[in-house]
Amino acid sequence: MTVPGHELELVGRGNREGAALFRKWFEELTAAAAEGRGAAYVFVMGSLAELLRTFDFPLVFPEINSLQTAVRRVAHEYLDQAESYGYSPDICGYVKADVGVQLRGGQHPMGRIPKPALAVYTNACNTYIKWAEIWARLYQIPVFTFDVPGGRSAGYRSAPGDPDFENDRRYVLGQLGELIALCEKVSGRRFDIDRLRECLHYANVLQRGWQRVLELNRSKPSVFNALSDGTIYLGVANGFRGTAEGARFFENLVEEMSYKADRGIGTLTEELYRLIFVGVPCYPIFRRFNEFFTEWGGTFVNSTYLWFASGGAHLGFQYDLQRPLESLAEGLLVTVRAAMDSMFFQTEALVEMIDLYRADGVVFHPIKSCRTVSTGLADNRRALLASRDVATLFIESDMMDRRVVSEAQLKNRVDAFFEGLAARKRQAAAAC
Amino acid sequence: MAYAAGVDVGSTQTKAVIVDESRRIAGRSLIDTGANVVRAAERAFQEALLNAGLREEEVEFVVGTGYGRYKVTFGNTQVTEISCHARGAVHMFPKTRTVLDMGGQDTKAIRVSPSGEILDFCMNDKCAAGTGRFLGAAANALELPLEELGPLALRGERPVKISTTCTVFAESEVLSWLGKGKKIEDILLGVHQSIAARSVGLLRRVGIEEEVTFTGGVARNVAMVEALKQRLGVKINVSQESHFMGALGAALFALDHILASRRPQVARGGA
Repeated sequence: MTVPGHELELVGRGNREGAALFRKWFEELTAAAAEGRGAAYVFVMGSLAELLRTFDFPLVFPEINSLQTAVRRVAHEYLDQAESYGYSPDICGYVKADVGVQLRGGQHPMGRIPKPALAVYTNACNTYIKWAEIWARLYQIPVFTFDVPGGRSAGYRSAPGDPDFENDRRYVLGQLGELIALCEKVSGRRFDIDRLRECLHYANVLQRGWQRVLELNRSKPSVFNALSDGTIYLGVANGFRGTAEGARFFENLVEEMSYKADRGIGTLTEELYRLIFVGVPCYPIFRRFNEFFTEWGGTFVNSTYLWFASGGAHLGFQYDLQRPLESLAEGLLVTVRAAMDSMFFQTEALVEMIDLYRADGVVFHPIKSCRTVSTGLADNRRALLASRDVATLFIESDMMDRRVVSEAQLKNRVDAFFEGLAARKRQAAAAC
Repeated sequence: MAYAAGVDVGSTQTKAVIVDESRRIAGRSLIDTGANVVRAAERAFQEALLNAGLREEEVEFVVGTGYGRYKVTFGNTQVTEISCHARGAVHMFPKTRTVLDMGGQDTKAIRVSPSGEILDFCMNDKCAAGTGRFLGAAANALELPLEELGPLALRGERPVKISTTCTVFAESEVLSWLGKGKKIEDILLGVHQSIAARSVGLLRRVGIEEEVTFTGGVARNVAMVEALKQRLGVKINVSQESHFMGALGAALFALDHILASRRPQVARGGA
């Protein structure tokens, strides 16, 4: 059968464009470093990219820089350097790899990372604060702590219009005003609300596209692998939030995924098992880890990672461009809370995901380096099993540190999981 | 008569079992794995054939299991030892719903269906605390052969508290208790209780449902069986074949293949 030319161009375009955008992003960062331009250091959960872009800060996501060292199999060099400097092997691998980058003057496998002019973080991760303090000490830069009041209670959601929500919105809006003043001081530029509108517009397109792309993976066969392909899209969702390129990428991605869904084009020759991933990927053996599953005909149809590590962009929140600052405050509240809830209160969401995505199993992957996302996963699994008879796998490794990744042990557990899944399928077939 | 074999290549020992088509064990073997895993698998299989009085060509299907399962080069397919221990345990004790397998570097808690299929499982993490290796470290520190540990521990009256969770440090902790004048029996009882506590933790993660069957090399240790019974408060099944349970399960999976291939095929499609 001949594959039409436009299909050859369309299928896999998201992965190609995503890789190209990543290269471009790091080329720009390298140029900024060469020019001595100070960057805004931000995090994936509540980056405030939409606002920071209006001041023309190059945006640096240290979490992404760190995971890139692992994917490119040089993380150990950076971790070793940070540990030799005095950082404990027990603390977050992302932090240590970034310390390694800073100690090397920004040298990174994808280019050179500019020094920070300021750092902005939210309270979505408890490591962020200590991490930002490192840069404050190294570079004497201002650090802005964005306090997003979280729900932190299962099942409780305050919504726009509720008194609690409106109080919180005012609180967040006040902080936005303080951040704008700081950005004006650091950058020497006046805040331009029309540029903010423009960035919010692009973020709207991106978030709407991200939500739609995730929805399209309900198709059977699934149109992308949430662990491998999804992580590429996630990188673009973070790094290009609020830009024309990011908006265009997601419009194109929706087109590609819709095409695949309409024609039943999946990611595997034969999709036997549809899985959900909970946690952070195993970046030191990123490709091999995924192959453990695909070799059995298993593919990941969704992941909590694509929710919380996109800062809640999966909700498709749409900013009101008529009242940009108020809407930005609202969006920040809604999305960062969702990111936190995706980590802490995931049982209900997982049950819904299992139904919507027709999943056969759930893979829990706690990691040694990150207690924020890993603590409680054993309880989450138990809670899920109490409400749903679904096959689950609980495997532990790390997102950065190869020393605690045992391929043989991981494969053994994954193989046993699939043997169990196969038995379930046989039993279900026999019962019919 | 059809014969099927299972070869379980473990981190310390390799086991092979041959079953006939009525699922009876026809032959078995147990050797140290050593450095050459492929050779260990071959030797174990040949010794099992010798034990059964069979020729190689009489065995129709071979399943490899254990960490070295992909090194069973003469095998027809591979199944994880998690599935194999579950299968073997249910074969020996049909009411088994929970399996604890304690081997050289892994301890596994497995919840099984009545037909022996895995419902859930949980294993020790990347360190060897709570596995057979922990006992090996203690035996090394006390200069005792492994098989003497259990009977000696049963004579202990005032168990010491082993606080380390690290197999490497276990040796130095045992030595420190010796230095404090503690009796070897009490130290060993403490070691067994420490491992039992960690194993019960794993069992609780999958949910303990009776009957509980204890498999793997450490199941031959009487003090470990006793320590587990006390902690769990339930009866524990231990087979004479506990050490061979993985290989037995593999052999039963191999027999499934033989029997399935004999079933008459239903014609599909047109006339």
